[in-house]
Amino acid sequence: MNIHIAAQINSFLAAFVLLTAFGMLVQRRMYGLVHLFTWQGLFLSLNTAVVGYVAQRHHLYISSVLTLALKVILLPYILHVLIQRLKVHKEIETVVNVPMTMLIGIALVIFSYHLMSPVRELSTLVTRSTLAVALATVMIGLLMMITRKHAVTQIIGFLAMENGLFFAATSATYGMPLVVELGVALDILIAAFIFGIFFFHIHTTFDSLDVEQMARLKEED
Amino acid sequence: MKVYPFIIEFLQIAVLLGVAPAFTGWVRMLKCWTQGRTSAGLFQPYRDIVKLFSKDVILADNASWIFRFTPYLIFGAAVLAGGVIPMLSIDLPLTSTADVIVLVALFAIARFFTALAGMDIGTAFGGMGSSREMTIASLAEPAMLMAIFTVSLASKSTSLSQMVHVIYSGQSVLRPSLVFALLAFILIALAETGRIPVDNPATHLELTMIHEAMILEYSGRHLALIEWAGMMKLFLFAALGIATFFPWGIAASGDIGFIPAAFLVMTLKLGVAGAGLVLIETGLAKMRIFRLAEFLGSAFLLATLGMLSYFILE
Repeated sequence: MNIHIAAQINSFLAAFVLLTAFGMLVQRRMYGLVHLFTWQGLFLSLNTAVVGYVAQRHHLYISSVLTLALKVILLPYILHVLIQRLKVHKEIETVVNVPMTMLIGIALVIFSYHLMSPVRELSTLVTRSTLAVALATVMIGLLMMITRKHAVTQIIGFLAMENGLFFAATSATYGMPLVVELGVALDILIAAFIFGIFFFHIHTTFDSLDVEQMARLKEED
Repeated sequence: MKVYPFIIEFLQIAVLLGVAPAFTGWVRMLKCWTQGRTSAGLFQPYRDIVKLFSKDVILADNASWIFRFTPYLIFGAAVLAGGVIPMLSIDLPLTSTADVIVLVALFAIARFFTALAGMDIGTAFGGMGSSREMTIASLAEPAMLMAIFTVSLASKSTSLSQMVHVIYSGQSVLRPSLVFALLAFILIALAETGRIPVDNPATHLELTMIHEAMILEYSGRHLALIEWAGMMKLFLFAALGIATFFPWGIAASGDIGFIPAAFLVMTLKLGVAGAGLVLIETGLAKMRIFRLAEFLGSAFLLATLGMLSYFILE
């Protein structure tokens, strides 16, 4: 496998990461979202391994395996359990105006391309072209957190954003130092547990995971 | 001037006219099998067409020339489109007269006149069908053009022959933009040919039919021509998809010796395309009409992502 083909595979996987990000943006069903998130993690992990091969950075293999264990197996499993325990698996969320959200997403992709084009000119890495995709994934995760009302969906948006950041690190500098990556991975894991606990609390207090309910938090006078 | 390309051109139109009903028959046959029914056979569409041709035409009293003219126009547009799309050989004389934008316009003209004819008689169903068809068209056409422009960007030309040639001899197979364009094209082709998530080709249920509602008043040879043109349209979209995204096996030069092999490969690919179509149609339920904006919006999104990924990633 030469560098040229590896670079093509890299951009191909980047395209799929972007596609799953858009898929999550418009997906209504809870389990569909978790599946898309799992796929995104898988593409990310494969991409990291390919970049590790291209750049001859062996610590990227470790972070690839870490991504696989955490974002493809553990986090989706935790989300599955959460969705089942909280009995929200049948819930179909109303997404406000899907075509409009898609158009905003496209605008975000163009914006990140525009923003990243100077960096692309300066960089000499093989992965420089995927930087715009990484930024776009972050922005789409953010957009998902803004447009959704369900707490679990917002968390998935947050995790998708983290995927984007990880992707950006891989494509901008061939990954962060291993210590940082391990730290971030641990953070994500702990965050997932804390989210779980918070979900249960929100659920018992409001009998729903709709964050709109939180507007009623203020005392009646 | 070479003679062979012209012979191939005529051969190709003959193949279009002859094989299109068999392709529809193949799709129907597979669909019957997947649903556990006995099929009417591969050649039932031919028998239908022959039967319709032998019947009398019944016209409403207030039918204008548009109503009588439309079947011939639709048929003509389909045949013309068949002359432009490279099915057997890349080297076709007609492709230099019409590029892919003209091709979209040809389909648009046929659709426009079908919608007019649907309203011409003044029945409620015709008008309803026309209005729905135009709603779908207004959403599908931008996405279609976007998908085509993505392929044109990759091949630096809007001429179909040139596009197929570039993809055919291309070095890089792994192009994200082409994959996105292909996905978008599949969604659009389902909408344009009136297949299941968008329209059900087998229904005459008044609430759900779209294409059938417009042609409800046609009979005899008019209906035969419209049905035949519909079959050709399905065939043409399959051929267009094959030519643009999987052209391998097509005769690259205008030599008549390569044509039998190209025909064989084309038949195989069409068989696979039909099986894929049946898988989609059996796996999905028909969509609510108000969900179509999302369906075609995703097609537009995919096409746009294809175009963007051409700039970003390639």
